[in-house]
Amino acid sequence: MSDPSKDSGAKADTVARTLLVALFVSLVCSSLVASAAVLLKPQQVENAVVDMRRNILEVAGLWAPGADVDELFESIEVRVVDLETGAYAEDINPESYDPIEAAKDPAQSVKIPSEIDIAKVGRRAKHGLVYLVRRDDELSKIILPVSGYGLWSILHGFLALEADGNTVSDITFYAHGETPGLGDFIVKPAWRALWHGKRAFDDSGALELRVVKGRVSAEDPRADNHVDGVSGATLTGNGVSNLVQYWLGDDGYGPYLKNIQGGGS
Amino acid sequence: MSSPAKRALLEPIVDDNPVTLQVLGICSALAVTTSLLPSLYMCVALTAVAALSNAAVSAIRHILPSGIRIIVQMTIIASLVIVVDESLKAFAFETSRELSVFVGLIITNCIVLGRTESFASKNPVGLSFLDGIGNGLGYSTILILVATSRELLGAGTLLGYTIFPTAADGGWYKPNGMMLLPPSAFFVIGLIIWAARTWKPKQVEKPEFRIHEVHRTEVV
Repeated sequence: MSDPSKDSGAKADTVARTLLVALFVSLVCSSLVASAAVLLKPQQVENAVVDMRRNILEVAGLWAPGADVDELFESIEVRVVDLETGAYAEDINPESYDPIEAAKDPAQSVKIPSEIDIAKVGRRAKHGLVYLVRRDDELSKIILPVSGYGLWSILHGFLALEADGNTVSDITFYAHGETPGLGDFIVKPAWRALWHGKRAFDDSGALELRVVKGRVSAEDPRADNHVDGVSGATLTGNGVSNLVQYWLGDDGYGPYLKNIQGGGS
Repeated sequence: MSSPAKRALLEPIVDDNPVTLQVLGICSALAVTTSLLPSLYMCVALTAVAALSNAAVSAIRHILPSGIRIIVQMTIIASLVIVVDESLKAFAFETSRELSVFVGLIITNCIVLGRTESFASKNPVGLSFLDGIGNGLGYSTILILVATSRELLGAGTLLGYTIFPTAADGGWYKPNGMMLLPPSAFFVIGLIIWAARTWKPKQVEKPEFRIHEVHRTEVV
């Protein structure tokens, strides 16, 4: 309490001393932050995998709170799809394939021409994953990973379609950095429920699924394909529209879905 | 325990509470208190950061040039907050997602910088550490009170367990949805401050000014 901080303070104020203390504090703090980030990384990665699987189960309608994620996930069939042809790529092991990593590898990915890159993904892997849910050996749900730019961040999520490859069952986002309390409406159950039963393609086969500004009016001829937006978070809604449009479109899973609709698999 | 140590630890809980008396750290108290579990994690996080940053600042208080002392304190606080945030992401993934940005915002919580600046830069390490714990506990007391009342009245549950069966689930309790919205935290904190100052009238602030009564003769 009676510590002579006044004196030491006066002495401490030379330029050299100031720089030295600043350097010392920066070094200690940066090594602290760096070691925390490196040491905790494996645990965080594992959490992220479990969380992603839980999201897949949730969007598939298989998740029950408190259940064992890995055990439930056994029932989901993971397949690799060649996005260009829409056919299953049997030569790639779906267990070890990571489309997000593959997108960074020039040999395994293609650059998306900017005029069709509405989701601002940049590069995409040549192959994508699909998660298939079967009930009594019949295909019941197709779950597609989707990602794209919202307002602040890249949204990562899953879109679940019914076996017809057209009717939406659910949508979920497991990683996003949208405005808390505003743009994060995309993870709210009430908004996700609006997607249930929407149709991705209209009768002529045109991809019309998107989030509109405000509520979908009763007169909207495309009420079947349109989902309510949230005012004040229009850009996040546009981001969701764009990523759905891209990933279900011809450059994304479009060819695969055409195969499914044509009665394949 | 010696008396200054006891004072540093216990006084911030009621007599010198950072939230009710100094009205600091209100932002996160409003944001994370919709349910009890994230509030508890927030309390632990803030207490850890306050105690460790107090100890660290106190340890270097003799060599710390006064010209850069605030930025050095901020650097220390920010580093500790990142460590806490990363640990939460590793060991309490679900809750860390619920807390989202608010753990990061501990950096700007006035309680932490307030204590390092006003206490730790003048007091020894042990005492500063205890002061940090004490202020963390003071903040925690209020956060837990607010979160308990909000989750109980707003959802009829505590830590996710049903206490009042809600009408939607066939029970008798009709939840007050307003309690889950941010303004209700203001009301609850206001009520707590009122209660605290009624219990301890010493905490009532002196009015900063009195309205001067103007007499006719004084009018210029």
